[in-house]
Amino acid sequence: MRLAVMGAGAVGRSVVELAGEYGHDVTAFADSTGAIVDANGIDADAAFAHKERVGSVGEDDPSAALGAEYDCLVEATPTTLGDAHPGFEHVEAALERGRHVVLANKGPVAERYDDVMALASSSAGDVRFEATVGGAIPVIATIEGMDPSHVTAARGVLNGTANFVLSRMAAEGLGYEHVLAEAQDLGVAEADPTFDVDGTDAALKCAILANVLHGGGYSLADVDVQGIADVPSSALDLAAEDGRTVRLIGEVTESGDVRVGPRLVTEHDTLAVTGTQNIVQLETTNAGRLNISGRGAGGPETASAVLADVGRLPER
Amino acid sequence: MSDGTSDGDADERQAHTVRLELVDEPGELLKALHPIAENGGNLLSVFHERGSLTPRGRIPVEVDLECTARQFRTVVESLRDAGVNVIQAGTEHYGEEVTVLLSGPLVSTDLSDTLSQIEACTSASVVDFSMTDEPGVDDVASARLRLAATEGSTDAALDCVRDVADEKELHVVEPLVEGSA
Repeated sequence: MRLAVMGAGAVGRSVVELAGEYGHDVTAFADSTGAIVDANGIDADAAFAHKERVGSVGEDDPSAALGAEYDCLVEATPTTLGDAHPGFEHVEAALERGRHVVLANKGPVAERYDDVMALASSSAGDVRFEATVGGAIPVIATIEGMDPSHVTAARGVLNGTANFVLSRMAAEGLGYEHVLAEAQDLGVAEADPTFDVDGTDAALKCAILANVLHGGGYSLADVDVQGIADVPSSALDLAAEDGRTVRLIGEVTESGDVRVGPRLVTEHDTLAVTGTQNIVQLETTNAGRLNISGRGAGGPETASAVLADVGRLPER
Repeated sequence: MSDGTSDGDADERQAHTVRLELVDEPGELLKALHPIAENGGNLLSVFHERGSLTPRGRIPVEVDLECTARQFRTVVESLRDAGVNVIQAGTEHYGEEVTVLLSGPLVSTDLSDTLSQIEACTSASVVDFSMTDEPGVDDVASARLRLAATEGSTDAALDCVRDVADEKELHVVEPLVEGSA
């Protein structure tokens, strides 16, 4: 399949690097300021070198990538809230041309799921978004495989940064600010970790899960969100004394409530994963409880989910 | 430990348990035991946990006694009339327990009032309490509360904890109740 990759962050770059391994060609690649387009397949190394040198992947206007020859648009621009601009417009442009869309960007399916699905229903193209929840973990494909009508609830640890901070605080008895600074040094937390620690990132993923499980209608505003910045190390000490620990847990309930917040779990609970690990637990009607864990972030990991989605698309 | 105060066997003598909390002053235990003996209760055992304190800083006492159901109701009433705090009496079962963490200015927002409010607005009772100061931060502490709630009232107890905490700008870490999700 011919891919147009929008976004040249860690995920977009990895998709471009790994596409060939999965049997696909990248015919367009764009970031916010430039693009490179070649119907015979772009020169990935030239694009990375251009970005290194000039700051953008190519000399073309970014809109040239949207108009290029491709079968599937990979949307990997940064997640934005509210109108999900410009990711949503990219999705719209591709679907209106009858092309498939694979999202790594959470914005369009977390904030404007119903709009995206309406566009998809009148398009010859399909929309997939495995990479938006749980990075490398096949959460959406699992729910789809069971059929959402057989999955009654979902919960899990969906943000590696917050989980790293909480598990380090508990293990070392260190304060929040200290561990967060350490996480930034290690590259686990971004320079601005706000969305990770205030629960927004996990809440977006929960909104997406709720849309899948309950057939749409959810956005960030429907999620009750509490972050981890107010969990002091003394609280973790008290939890540990009692054989418990605290994790930032997102939940989508059977009745349709969606919430994210620090929760007490027993130390050996399946959900008490450590470090940057993510886990998703699904309650199903006939198969009991399913647990799937793995790497919830990272360029190649998330790109593997994007490319798995590309592989699930029907041929155009 | 105790059971059976149904009206059907009101005249049958049975074992009952009351949990009390007493102020740590001379004569308090005697004052609490008087109403039991005066109303026909036969004392079986008195467990005076002098080493531990209840959330309100009082001493928990567990009393096993034998009497009829009717007598037991009178015993509890007269204990309350005598100003003794009865935490748990007879057949009221606290079947479910949940643990929550509270953090923030626990002391300056009147801790004992916080705990009383939690106990007052639900059928939950604080059965265990630990608190520790946040090192290096003034006026921030964390507390772990184990709440015993009557069957089916755990959600209501957690709602109440949330409301009380909101009002005092305390942070709550709730337990994950997997069955409800």
